[in-house]
Amino acid sequence: MLDGRPAVRCEGLRYSFGSVEALAGVSFGVRAGEVFGLLGPNGAGKTTTIRVLTTLLPVRQGSAQVLGVDVARHPMTVRRLIGYVPQQLSAEANLTGYENVWLFARLFDLPRRQVKERVWEALRMMDLEEPARRLVSTYSGGMVRRLELAQALVNRPRLLVLDEPTVGLDPVARAAVWDRVRSLREETGMTVLLTTHYMEEADQLCDRVALMHRGVIEALGSPEELKRSLGAEASLEDVFRHYSGSQLDGEDGSFRDARSTRRIARRLG
Amino acid sequence: MPAAPAVSPAAWAEVPPAPAWWRVLASRILTFWTVELWRIGHDRTEIYTRAIQPALWLLIFGETFTRLRAIPTGNVPYLDYMTPGIIAQSGLFIAIFYGIQIIWERDAGMLNKLLATPTPRVALVSGKAFAAGLRSATQAGIVFALAAVLRVGLIWNPIHLLGAVLVLVVGSAFFSTLSMTIAGVVLSRDRLMGIGQAITMPLFFASNALYPVHLMPGWLQALSLINPLSYEVDALRGLLIGTPSFLLRDSVVLAVALVAGIIASSKLLPRLAR
Repeated sequence: MLDGRPAVRCEGLRYSFGSVEALAGVSFGVRAGEVFGLLGPNGAGKTTTIRVLTTLLPVRQGSAQVLGVDVARHPMTVRRLIGYVPQQLSAEANLTGYENVWLFARLFDLPRRQVKERVWEALRMMDLEEPARRLVSTYSGGMVRRLELAQALVNRPRLLVLDEPTVGLDPVARAAVWDRVRSLREETGMTVLLTTHYMEEADQLCDRVALMHRGVIEALGSPEELKRSLGAEASLEDVFRHYSGSQLDGEDGSFRDARSTRRIARRLG
Repeated sequence: MPAAPAVSPAAWAEVPPAPAWWRVLASRILTFWTVELWRIGHDRTEIYTRAIQPALWLLIFGETFTRLRAIPTGNVPYLDYMTPGIIAQSGLFIAIFYGIQIIWERDAGMLNKLLATPTPRVALVSGKAFAAGLRSATQAGIVFALAAVLRVGLIWNPIHLLGAVLVLVVGSAFFSTLSMTIAGVVLSRDRLMGIGQAITMPLFFASNALYPVHLMPGWLQALSLINPLSYEVDALRGLLIGTPSFLLRDSVVLAVALVAGIIASSKLLPRLAR
């Protein structure tokens, strides 16, 4: 029923936190089966867009559809179709890896007889079988991130939503996460929507990217197309600077963003 | 990193069916109970450290006031009279700070992850509330053991004990929803700690946990009348030491309070997600 439709479709999304307009009319579409990146500096509106699409924030103005399902009208159906990994490292340290994934298998109402098999399937996909019985407090930052991917994958989502999936990770752990996301897409045909402010990540991982700045999408296309639009020698970083401005901007990057990034860095040690 | 086993794209495209609401509610309560049991199993330090306070109440306050005979409790020794009150108190002290866990989960990003699953807010809050009830019940196990050592005259009938555990679970679940409601209003750990500390002792002292209601001044009796802890203690006392109590009335009051608490905290939960 849902096949053949775009994985995500947003039209004129607007959202304000008090007097601060986080989304000022966001419109874009994500094709089924692609890895799509939302790029932009802190405070650009990437996380707010993700929060609306994952039903964490209400659709106040405009419209949003996930796999053909209206987010405002059928949020519970949308939640059954997606897997979501937030920006913070959010696995429970006082539980084992297996228990963390089991929790999400139950929250997605997987049939009881399938739970064990699907938990191990998700752990295997993230190469976490061996440490699965250890407390998460003993995991490295990269392992926690892969565990969170396993939590998000246990219900075999049609759309995987990753908010800054590699923030705070070292280059080896970052490459491991990219590797897993790539192979997941190849093996399952799943659509991936991610936010990032790492240009390398967008370049390596995404089929198409949308550049956000101050709550609107400034440019959209494949990394190659966007680079070409600025000239033969341009990098994605040049494209980023071109659209978001390279100067320090007092309004970009809220206190909450900074606090969140520091908290992640602290948890990673 | 080794290659992951392939899962067919067809299997990935299955859309899971949505269960009936009551199944979701029951499933979430059982799920959060299981997780709470795992947490307790992995780290038992909190169970032991939290046992110190009720132990002091029973050993020092209880033993002393039994000898003083300062509080008239009829034919019932004071230590027996206060034990159900201390069981209720240990549950209250655990549950009233349960909202801190929700705020911590918000800060760690876990709450957003939970809210993005197909779990209605009411089911999420209910699951958390009953998990708090379960933790209180495990804590009560230590108070029961201590009561046995001190030869408190409890009725050790399994049905009475089961009834007492049920009352304790529902009562503690209510106080945890009160805590989650406050968390949804104040939104910060420090403020919740302050408010939790400010209301715990008034709730305790404005109840029948330590002394009969008829000994209180009129204004305190009025407060005791609207304090769910009084109804919890009354039911526990009836079940555990056999004093006359209004078990049906107490159960109805606790159940209504719990439902109101679940509704209030689930309405405020989205504020924490923003």
